[in-house]
Amino acid sequence: MSVLLIAEHNNKELRPFTYNAVSAASKIGDDLHILVLGNKSEAVAKSASEIPNVKKVIHIDNEIYENFIAENYTSAIIKHADTYSHIVCSANTFGKNLMPRIAALLDTSQVSDIIKVISADTFLRPIYAGNAFATVKSNDKKKCITIRPTSFEPAPVKGGSAEIVKSEAGEAFNNSKFVKREEIKSDRPELGTARVVISGGRGMQNSENFKLISAIADKLNAAIGASRAAVDAGYITNDHQVGQTGKVVVPDLYIAVGISGAIQHLAGMKESKIIVAINKDGEAPIFSVADYGLEADLFEALPQFLEELNKLNTIQK
Amino acid sequence: MKILVAVKRVIDYNVQVRVKEDGTGVVTDNVKMSTNPPDDNAVEEAVKIKESGKAKEIVAITIGEEKAQETVRKALAVGADRGIHVKVDGVVEPLAVSKILQKIVDKEKPDLVFMGKQAIDDDCNQTGQMLAALLNWPQATFASKINVKESSLEVTREVDEGLETIEVNIPAIVTCDLRLNEPRYASLPNIMKAKKKPLEQINASDLGVDTKARIEQIKVEEPPKRKAGIKVANVSELVQKLKNEAKVI
Repeated sequence: MSVLLIAEHNNKELRPFTYNAVSAASKIGDDLHILVLGNKSEAVAKSASEIPNVKKVIHIDNEIYENFIAENYTSAIIKHADTYSHIVCSANTFGKNLMPRIAALLDTSQVSDIIKVISADTFLRPIYAGNAFATVKSNDKKKCITIRPTSFEPAPVKGGSAEIVKSEAGEAFNNSKFVKREEIKSDRPELGTARVVISGGRGMQNSENFKLISAIADKLNAAIGASRAAVDAGYITNDHQVGQTGKVVVPDLYIAVGISGAIQHLAGMKESKIIVAINKDGEAPIFSVADYGLEADLFEALPQFLEELNKLNTIQK
Repeated sequence: MKILVAVKRVIDYNVQVRVKEDGTGVVTDNVKMSTNPPDDNAVEEAVKIKESGKAKEIVAITIGEEKAQETVRKALAVGADRGIHVKVDGVVEPLAVSKILQKIVDKEKPDLVFMGKQAIDDDCNQTGQMLAALLNWPQATFASKINVKESSLEVTREVDEGLETIEVNIPAIVTCDLRLNEPRYASLPNIMKAKKKPLEQINASDLGVDTKARIEQIKVEEPPKRKAGIKVANVSELVQKLKNEAKVI
């Protein structure tokens, strides 16, 4: 088994989920190589080479990879695909956009969003928003797989010293052009990897009220999430959305505030270790997955919650 | 300009899906089916572009068993001009779907192909990207805003970090996010009118596409259940439980 992992990065550093994908890829096969496609991305290739278990890093540096356009990535990946039994990457928006384009050209039926490696050809994956788990066996010679990062522990950052091999860029694709990226900068932990997540739903009523959430997030060093209803209503930006078509989170503590708990939201958070629900509707479906449910008006409960947290001597970071 | 919109029939998003006891799949008998939600957004966007005068014709296509036609009829009722139903029974993987769509694109020669970014049954999120690859067209995935220009589209994409804008030359594939627009409801007169719009049926086998599954579904099971939680009386009890019992704060 030889596995090629496509690195997700920002030209400066590897995105954290690449480390989770390495863990999953190592379970598929020992001969793990990482492909870094970027622009002025030497530091990324170096970090990739330092991950234990990585046997080789292929580094292709060219301006056409500056903005990670899938059409440009594809030609380079196809050029290197021959010698590998598996091509893998994270199942986030980066990998979801990229991998099917590769799979189609390799005439492979992709296995999306795996949560467990059963063997080199058999995997577990959620379907129907996580309401069912399917065990699937890929019968294609070459396998294209995307990995749900939160289902695997991140690999260690240091300890390896794989060789870095430079390679030539693939053909540029001229019909897609990057225009701009609007990233929302925040000092808070990333939603996907945060230990604590506090999310607001339609019950928050407006964006101003999300301040109640952020005050608690500050206190708990938590990331802020939201239901689709809250994003649709314009209370908060899309990068906060948790759910079937948003982000999947698996924090130690997930606090759902004013979220009724539609199937589509539960798909994104029900694997969290501890779930708290605060909702004034005692019949809300969110209570069926909550370890601790508080039936209360959030506008009273949240200030009290903050006050109680302030009383504690120590809070885990 | 001509737009091809692909729609899929899936278990309705409000249905609590149940796994079959024999582990072969999920229960679909007597279960409400509807159009995959982001496919509705794809149809709506095509209709809006036509209404703005920038498109002349919208062709809606579905691939699946006899009843999949309902999704095309629904698209016709909100503004698509004609429909295509590619008949095939059983599970068709995204790779085979994209090969069928490629054949239809070769025949219909649309300028744009729209579809939802993901089907809520298999949650694969593959078909649009695969079709783009097979056609060697640009792909604008997870679109939440589309600006139609002379010979290109400017598309805002919802990505993990926030929003990204790209420009793709026409012809192009767009996969649509739920936030792209608010799909309209079909009025009764339009539903009646839709019944008279042309709907062509083609057998997948006649297109020469091998639809045999490459992925074996070994079993389908219920996910592990969470053990029942408790209701707390007030905020201070909640904080005490989190601190001393769950030990998460």
